[in-house]
Amino acid sequence: MKRIYLDYAATTPTDPAVVQAMLPYYSEAFGNPSSLYSYGQENREVLQKARRTVAAAIGADPDEIIFTSCGTEADNAALLGTARANIGKGNHIITTSIEHHAVLETAHAMTKEGFDVTIVPVDGDGIVDPTVIEKAITPKTTLISVMHANNEVGTIQPIAEISRIARGAGVYLHTDAVQTVGHLPVDVDEMGIDLMSVSAHKFYGPKGVGFLYVRSGTRINPFMHGGGQENGRRAGTENVAGIVGMSTALEIALADRDEEAARQTSLRDRLISGLVDVGGIQLNGHSDKRLPNNVNVSVDYVEGESMMLNLDLDGICISTGSACSSVSAEPSHVLTALNIPPEKAHCSLRLTLGKWTTEEDVERVLEIFPSMVKRLRAMSPLGHGR
Amino acid sequence: MAVYSDKIMDHFTNPRNVGEIPDADGVGEVGNPVCGDMMTFYIKVRDNRIEHVKFKTFGCGAAIAVSSMTSVMATGKTLEEAMQITPQGVADELGGLPKVKFHCSNLGADALHLAVNNYREKLGLPPLGEPVSAHDHDDDEDETPSCGSACAT
Repeated sequence: MKRIYLDYAATTPTDPAVVQAMLPYYSEAFGNPSSLYSYGQENREVLQKARRTVAAAIGADPDEIIFTSCGTEADNAALLGTARANIGKGNHIITTSIEHHAVLETAHAMTKEGFDVTIVPVDGDGIVDPTVIEKAITPKTTLISVMHANNEVGTIQPIAEISRIARGAGVYLHTDAVQTVGHLPVDVDEMGIDLMSVSAHKFYGPKGVGFLYVRSGTRINPFMHGGGQENGRRAGTENVAGIVGMSTALEIALADRDEEAARQTSLRDRLISGLVDVGGIQLNGHSDKRLPNNVNVSVDYVEGESMMLNLDLDGICISTGSACSSVSAEPSHVLTALNIPPEKAHCSLRLTLGKWTTEEDVERVLEIFPSMVKRLRAMSPLGHGR
Repeated sequence: MAVYSDKIMDHFTNPRNVGEIPDADGVGEVGNPVCGDMMTFYIKVRDNRIEHVKFKTFGCGAAIAVSSMTSVMATGKTLEEAMQITPQGVADELGGLPKVKFHCSNLGADALHLAVNNYREKLGLPPLGEPVSAHDHDDDEDETPSCGSACAT
């Protein structure tokens, strides 16, 4: 059975060209970039080239890039590093209710270190109101962290507007751009970003590597202590193969980014309208300020995990915001933040497209979907005039 | 899906006894859509034995499999025997449930017991036994993540 992968927001398959680019760094080009002989110095230059590539991709300078092990590490480093370094000014940070757990759980842990955290709400479409952030700023605020686009409902946040507010108040702005870099235009100067988290495996690069952009002059403490790599800001022997994979993947992604975004947007909208036509299915999140690849719907009277299992049997891989798919057994915090009631959140499905998603894949999903929903609705005690 | 046993997947994909019994002798309902799991059991009783069971379930794969297995286990049992069916017994018959699923999804026995006592109540008989609850969050909420606050009551 041909499998149809529609969970590109969870991870993407590594591009074969990326794998090829990485392979030498697992064999002949094995040197530690900190070593002073040829093996090491050759890889030091490889690292610097990769640094120039990823920096150029976001309009940054190479020395503003700190390579990390993943997006989560970049988020942790941004929040903890900035808040701790600026504790002299204040102990207050601001973030939003729809952030990735990498931000929200870090912020939560920081409250135990004596930091005050304000979590601002979003509207029913999943968009943050910059004026609400403005009102949350106090003289003790040192950092605002707002994701560029949400990983569950795909909503794109007004980062440039939030930046103007942050700049006006002299507060740093961090954005988790894990879902957007490589997919949407991201320029740290145009958007006024001070810190930004990126992860390679969301744009056809390998897992286990990412980077944190830190604007030159930003006060930030090192997150990892050790051998002084990354200008003393992130110790640990560099993941040379992973970093090469990330920069190669980003180059490939940028080459046809806009065409691919347009293609996926059209597939996305076809999928949304086809799903809504089934009946009793609502789109979650903003219809327009939305990632080109994100579809998130609630299906009346049918629990999400049962749909996910059913679709998996047909070779279709998607995810759900239902409590039943999560370790915490709570429905998605993002859907909850959008004021979507639990009985709808349990019935949510996320389908995220990628560069290998075809029109045939979308049509296949739309062909299977009605009978799957019909089967499970027939089994449901809900919806028959209740 | 390695998360679930073959037996669970069998009962999920081919659930037995799905439906309603319009002239049921007893009906039992547990859970709610806010919690994410809801089961309604219908029974037909003849000579103190459960002749037919039908169910409708809103819930995850485990919840559907649990309902199906409970209905199979209950069919042909006396009411007293049906009251002895426990959440653990249903889980065992299914080859085990993932730990995180045990409490939220394993409501089949509760729904069955409610249906039995609904039948007895109609006859003016006292309820049988104390239904064994899989949905009691008070005693072990620190051990296993279970349903969220929305369905703790």
